[in-house]
Amino acid sequence: MSSNADIYHEMIVDYSRNPVNYGKIEDHDVTFHDSNPLCGDSIDIDMKIDDNKVTDIKFHGKGCAICMACSSVLTEITKGKSLEDVRNIEKNDVLSELGLEHLQAVRIKCALLSLKVLKSALYTYIGKHLENSEDVDKLKEEAANLY
Amino acid sequence: MQSTQSSFENLRKDFPILKRTVRDNKHLVYLDNASTTQKPNQVIDAITDYYQNHNANIHRAVYALAEEATEAYESTRDKIANFVNIKDRQEIIFVRGTTEAINLVAYAWGRTHINEGDVIVTTEYEHHSNIVPWQLLTQEKHAKLEYIGMDDDGELILEDLDKYLASGKVKLVTFSLMSNVLGTITDAKKIIEKCKAAGVPTLIDGAQAVPHMKVDLQDLGCDFFAFSGHKMLGPTGIGVLWVRKTVLDTMSPFHGGGDMIREVHKYETTWNDLPYKFEAGTPNIADVVGLGAAIDYLTKIGMDNIREHEIELTKYAIEKLSNVKGLQIYGTKDIAKRGGVISFNFADVHPHDVAQIIDEEGIAVRSGHHCAQVLMERLNVAATSRASFYIYNTKEDIDILVNSLNTVAKVFKL
Repeated sequence: MSSNADIYHEMIVDYSRNPVNYGKIEDHDVTFHDSNPLCGDSIDIDMKIDDNKVTDIKFHGKGCAICMACSSVLTEITKGKSLEDVRNIEKNDVLSELGLEHLQAVRIKCALLSLKVLKSALYTYIGKHLENSEDVDKLKEEAANLY
Repeated sequence: MQSTQSSFENLRKDFPILKRTVRDNKHLVYLDNASTTQKPNQVIDAITDYYQNHNANIHRAVYALAEEATEAYESTRDKIANFVNIKDRQEIIFVRGTTEAINLVAYAWGRTHINEGDVIVTTEYEHHSNIVPWQLLTQEKHAKLEYIGMDDDGELILEDLDKYLASGKVKLVTFSLMSNVLGTITDAKKIIEKCKAAGVPTLIDGAQAVPHMKVDLQDLGCDFFAFSGHKMLGPTGIGVLWVRKTVLDTMSPFHGGGDMIREVHKYETTWNDLPYKFEAGTPNIADVVGLGAAIDYLTKIGMDNIREHEIELTKYAIEKLSNVKGLQIYGTKDIAKRGGVISFNFADVHPHDVAQIIDEEGIAVRSGHHCAQVLMERLNVAATSRASFYIYNTKEDIDILVNSLNTVAKVFKL
């Protein structure tokens, strides 16, 4: 990538202007909130879960273009997936979708905040419904070490 | 020295960092001075000279080097006394910075003087360092923290203060002399006058004001005053706390250890004289020496000239930025009431995106909440972009900033 400003391509700007799956699910089965203490980006994710599948997902909050675009893409990837598949979503699944694989360290937390929130929402749900504490602890650790 | 643009441009040669380029061979346009300032050779050389020629521990040993080190360290205390007009050098305590200074007061004064039901008053435009220490203290003591509100021009609503003072429960009023986000210059004398009439002590966070304007502590009449070296051309990790002697005498020590003691026995200790009672352990000697050099440098230029230079830049910047379509500037446009700090938002583009795009032009501005989340909440924004000026900035820097916003507009199709 020749320049850091190249990250502001069409897709990022469009997603940030018109985020996908933006909003709230009032009758959600799980919701989670987190923020980045340094920049103040703040994201909530609500999910509807049926038969171990994410049937609906929405996000809302405040953030930069990178944060909003990544949150949009992440909810698109997640919708319809089984909990096991959601668990396996990795950083690069989101970053590569938007050509952000080489994002500088200071911005990576903008890109991955929503993934952290998603994983935290997931373990919250699993913790409540599956009562498999070993699994939950592993997921918690995974979410905490995302970036 | 005349306060013309050209004489200020001449100062740029003293700052080696301004010669470097960033990103794609762009000249550095450094506009994050409210965060920290660059250092002139005079300061860098003073620190190097200290380590190369005079390094020793202070106050104890009798050999020549220790004497020189002590002299270098203590002479900065005298320079500070002159710089902000302090009568008694014993009232000057070296700390790491404004944050440590305020925490010292919250701990060593607050834990003795604040009790259940008492009220501490701060303001909506404080830096986190003048909020969180008081939250910790009031929570511990079951006391209350109250805020002087801010109007839409970024000025404090002093009727709020009257209301709190009337309760008779206020034990301290603490505020910054200049907002680090809006640049608002607080009407400190008016606040202090009200507090004095109510018999309430005052603390001033001078971190943003001392580097940019003449500050006279005897004229102000507060009881505590704090500022940082690194925002006034000095090194990081050194700052100053001033406390009125009569108040200082009622304070318990902050840190226990070497240098702050008179006699130590197995189960009891007596304290050293002021200010050493509050300077436990080997202090940051080299950076105190660096701060002394920074004060010399600023004194030579003259604080009134610096203020005048920044007024000129701020006026120019507000005028230029006001012409950018979709750009909102926060705070008062009355130059007499603000320092060289301009916070803005550009249409609906997030400040982080603005900062990243203009970084490609070599421009360093801050984006985020500027450690002032209470203020961000009051302004109802998540973050702002902030340009802040100092002696080495020029109108050309501002032109480059304004032009770079065109790129932002292009990328975000504004």
